[in-house]
Amino acid sequence: MAPANLSTRIPTAARFGARVEAFFRRSDAARGYLLLSPAILIMLAALAAPLLLLVLYSFWSQDGYLVNTQLTLDQYSTALGREAYRTLFYRSLSISGMVTIVTVLLSYPMAYFIAFQVQRNKFVWLILVTIPFWTSYLLRVFAWKIILGYNGVINSGLMSLGILKQPLEFLLYNPTSVVVTLAHAWAAFAILPIYVSLEKIDRSLLEAASDLGDGPIRRFFRITLPLSLPGVIGAAVLIFVPTTGDYVTPALVGGTDGVMIANVIQVQFTKIGNWPLGAALALASMAAVGIFALLIVQAMRLAISRVK
Amino acid sequence: MMAKVRNKAGQGRGLFGYAIFYLAFLYVPVLFLPIFSFNDSAFIAFPLVGFTTKWYTEMFADTGMQIALWNSLKVGMFTALISTTLGLLAAKALTRYQVPGSAAVLGFTSLPLFVPDIVLGISLLILLNSVHIPLSLWTVVVGHVLICMPFAMAVLISRMEGFDKSLEEASLDLGEDGWMTFWRVTFPLALPGVIASLLLTFIVSFDEFLIAYFLAGTDATLPIYIWGQLRFPYKLPGVLALGALILVASCVLVIFAEWVRSLGTDPNKAPTVGA
Repeated sequence: MAPANLSTRIPTAARFGARVEAFFRRSDAARGYLLLSPAILIMLAALAAPLLLLVLYSFWSQDGYLVNTQLTLDQYSTALGREAYRTLFYRSLSISGMVTIVTVLLSYPMAYFIAFQVQRNKFVWLILVTIPFWTSYLLRVFAWKIILGYNGVINSGLMSLGILKQPLEFLLYNPTSVVVTLAHAWAAFAILPIYVSLEKIDRSLLEAASDLGDGPIRRFFRITLPLSLPGVIGAAVLIFVPTTGDYVTPALVGGTDGVMIANVIQVQFTKIGNWPLGAALALASMAAVGIFALLIVQAMRLAISRVK
Repeated sequence: MMAKVRNKAGQGRGLFGYAIFYLAFLYVPVLFLPIFSFNDSAFIAFPLVGFTTKWYTEMFADTGMQIALWNSLKVGMFTALISTTLGLLAAKALTRYQVPGSAAVLGFTSLPLFVPDIVLGISLLILLNSVHIPLSLWTVVVGHVLICMPFAMAVLISRMEGFDKSLEEASLDLGEDGWMTFWRVTFPLALPGVIASLLLTFIVSFDEFLIAYFLAGTDATLPIYIWGQLRFPYKLPGVLALGALILVASCVLVIFAEWVRSLGTDPNKAPTVGA
């Protein structure tokens, strides 16, 4: 019995090994996943696991220096219930909503210009609008603090020209200065998706519209704009979602009236040391942003289907 | 065709004017950093007083700055190497093999673009804390690899899609095995993309502040050092000098990276930033 068993088992094992090898050699999927596995593993370890732990933390509570792992909804009732936090949620959403609108409106004509009017050296124009994107975010925000400050570029410039007697105080440390700074910092994110969707538009559609008697304006609103809306939606989401959680800009140019939700989250993780509440604030703001972004996307999709 | 020509003459000039205005909006605010870094006054205000390079010499002599600079260079180099290596393997998988769920994998690796940096920072901080890994420059590298992955993937995938797959097939048909084909055919052809990815991920890491702020522990990277200096008004001219140098270095690296990336590809193809 035993020898027979052994003799059948060895070939099976060998055949199994050969089959695995053949599987890896032949199967695209297996080889593909083998190559993808380091990237997927690091994303699981550095993104998925931490986010899950963040969710778990938001259901715990802080007990002095220790974390009480008894599940509770206390953090959420504080995060959503306290007036001060609600104000911050509302302000963060409205500031980044404004930033999204301003940035998309400013960037659309530029993207249009590169897509339709630049014939040669498109590449140079695209590089020109992307360079600022790669340079230090911190320094670009800091530049606005220098420009808008009480003794800053605008005030001292206008005073030395004799236009102003007193420095203007309303330039810095308010929601508007946050909007201006963020619109400047995120411009490249808006231009590229819009440019890509404009570039994809079949030029013969535009000619057809003109041949059928549409003027340039009518043609723009009936053909170009609707067909570029996917890029506009992409740009809007790419700006709206991260700017709601921006920390540097409100901290540098926001003042007390321009504080946003990220600044409060940061305090929970540093000075105050209430990590569970910080986690709940972060997740609540992400949920709010997510819902809001979905609503925008749906509304725009509806607009597209209407026009079509 | 006629309509297009007519249309161009009509609105072309207006839009060109707007384009110049837009570029001014992008670049002029940042130009104030270098301008005031040479101004011989501790106050950042007009009128300009006189030319000086003393803020530069003062800043270079600061040992805190030197340590932070060295830390940022180390973090940036490791981040660039790791994220580009992972991105290259992943790009090969996604462009050369029929991988089921490739869209999901691509979406997953682009996720850091859609999650605010503060959330990435604090959630990594929580994880490291609960598995008792002490904060160091290495933990900053982990956070930076995370945010650099989308960029490395975008650059490398577009490069791998851009060259002829039959060259690899020819190498395999002529008897080279998978590894030799990778090193002798795929890698040299992908090299411009690899260099561009190394440079761009290095810049992203070198300039990143918030994630490093949560994960660096007691070691400061250059942006953390700058953040600390912003509290002291008398340090601002030195920060301007440092900032001006960083901006110039970043611009040179980005232009070089984009130029390398464009080698042998369609000059009208869009850079894939953030998309």
